[in-house]
Amino acid sequence: MPNKESVLRVEHVTMQFGGVVAVNDLSLEVNKGEIIALIGPNGAGKTTAFNCITGVYEPTNGEVYFNNKILVRNHPQGKMKRMYLGEDEGEYFGTIVAPTPDVITKKGIARTFQNIRLFSSQTVMDNVLVAKHMRAKQNPFTATFRLNHSEESRMRKEAVELLKELDLYQYKDDIAGSLPYGIQRKLEIARALATEPKLLLLDEPAAGMNPQETMELTEYIREIRDKYDLTIFMIEHHMDLVMEISDRIYVLDFGKTIASGLPEEIATNQTVIEAYLGVTEDVGD
Amino acid sequence: MQKIKLTNKTIFNIACVAIVVILLGYLQATEIENSYAITIIERSCIYAVAAVSMNLMIGFTGQFSLGTAGFMCLGAYITGIFTMPIEIRDQVYYLYGMVSFIHNIQVPLVVALLISGVIGAIIAFLIGWPVLRLKSDYLAIATLGFSEIVRAVLGWDGLGKITNASYGLSNIPAFSSIFQAVIICGVCIALMLLMINSSYGRAFKAVRDDDIAAEAMGINLFKTKQLAFVVSSFFATVAGGLMAVFLRSAATSTFTVALTYNILLMVVIGGIGSVSGSVLGAFLITAGQEWLRFLDKEYYIGSFKVPFTRTGFRMVIFSVLLMLFVLFWNKGIMGSKEFSFDWFKNIYISIKRRIRRKNNA
Repeated sequence: MPNKESVLRVEHVTMQFGGVVAVNDLSLEVNKGEIIALIGPNGAGKTTAFNCITGVYEPTNGEVYFNNKILVRNHPQGKMKRMYLGEDEGEYFGTIVAPTPDVITKKGIARTFQNIRLFSSQTVMDNVLVAKHMRAKQNPFTATFRLNHSEESRMRKEAVELLKELDLYQYKDDIAGSLPYGIQRKLEIARALATEPKLLLLDEPAAGMNPQETMELTEYIREIRDKYDLTIFMIEHHMDLVMEISDRIYVLDFGKTIASGLPEEIATNQTVIEAYLGVTEDVGD
Repeated sequence: MQKIKLTNKTIFNIACVAIVVILLGYLQATEIENSYAITIIERSCIYAVAAVSMNLMIGFTGQFSLGTAGFMCLGAYITGIFTMPIEIRDQVYYLYGMVSFIHNIQVPLVVALLISGVIGAIIAFLIGWPVLRLKSDYLAIATLGFSEIVRAVLGWDGLGKITNASYGLSNIPAFSSIFQAVIICGVCIALMLLMINSSYGRAFKAVRDDDIAAEAMGINLFKTKQLAFVVSSFFATVAGGLMAVFLRSAATSTFTVALTYNILLMVVIGGIGSVSGSVLGAFLITAGQEWLRFLDKEYYIGSFKVPFTRTGFRMVIFSVLLMLFVLFWNKGIMGSKEFSFDWFKNIYISIKRRIRRKNNA
């Protein structure tokens, strides 16, 4: 039954590249205001799942709903019909919906990247302003002849406000690529927030951070969730961060959901421990 | 404090413009003695427009498009057709005869340039659909191909009644004065600069730096590339029109791929991603080829003939200089920075400080 509070609902999504099934019949649900973590060993298909939700890839099969409205829908076509190896054969009658990433961002899903993808040759301010571009009321003509003055100053004001709120204002005129790693991570989140999202997808926000920084990040994520009324769905490897922050956890291995539930349940789940550490019987050989 | 500083800057800018106007006025007044300098300035200005339009695509949007010569060729023909004096048309088109519906249309230069720009932009919009889905090298090949197709079509016998086919156009009225050329070019470059510094310019740069991230920030990749391509082509076509007026003729043989490479050279030497760099590059390369002309003569010291200097030697030296330049200064003169008068101010301040330190010591 579709939940009224559901922000993101992924149903039977399969992503197959040639003969490799990267994500196999993934179903999950993220409700309003929750912080949900997606964990799993390397190569489990976590980032691929993100890419299916944000439109970077078109899933081979399955549906994604955002605020209970259809966002992405596809089923195997052409050659893929014969090659299809996914678990769920699926009977989808709906038309195919495959928006490009910019359309999905406009609807209110923002994301960050596993390997930082800032516009590294531009200033911090410009990085944030780029994210404001899509919601500005302007056209190339008014922008060139500076007829959109009020719009431009509104964008700048909002960008300055955002940077101040996130303690990045002091770096305003620095080149993004020259900033320290931790600040770049923060800036990437700030830039995602500038698109005015309702759902924020974080792809390994704590990658490469030391325990101290990870602790700060935990606070930071909670803070922005409350301040901007967000729902957060994140991929993370740092178990202390995940256990501390998330309301529910989904565990992925070889593209399949092997477990889901509250952090305490996941921590003691035998299948999860086996997936991460390997099955004990194999160790002796 | 802020206000005084601002007015100071304004006064300074006005003074700079005034100096340029006086210099150009002097050249115009002594047109006959200085016709050589006027030619070089006009040619440089036109190349500057073409170079900035190419830089908009390559340097700011990161799309390696090489169709500039094709659009210039188109612009040259359209401007030529619309500005050629009516009474002379039958003479120029003596072989094919001009089509009647455009025979009696003659418009002022600026209008003709606008018409050619708009046609260039429409064609860019149409070919952008298939072509802009390609990336890097493939895009370069496709646009290069387009450029050659334009040349072939304009030189085709079937269009002889409009384009005069391989005979080209001649007797196109020249610029009324050097001011006309410089002002039109200045306006074109200023418009492109305004666009680059607008919100759309930021979108261009975002696409250049990281297209995946740009898309995740809600920027429609295709529309943004399309916009850059249309604007760039508009100004490339206008530059072609100006070229026709400058040369007083239009022929397909002027707008070969070599012209595209020449403009690419200016963009690279000036600095990819810098408008002032492209302008500087255009002036340096156009003028540089002229300054080195002394190498084309033969010199004798007594009865000893100086080796190597002979006709064509200038291009050898020019190529060597280019190679050295690219080797040791591979980001171009300006890199991706823009020219600003604050540099001089900073140099002045640092010199002053150094002198003070010396005096103290």
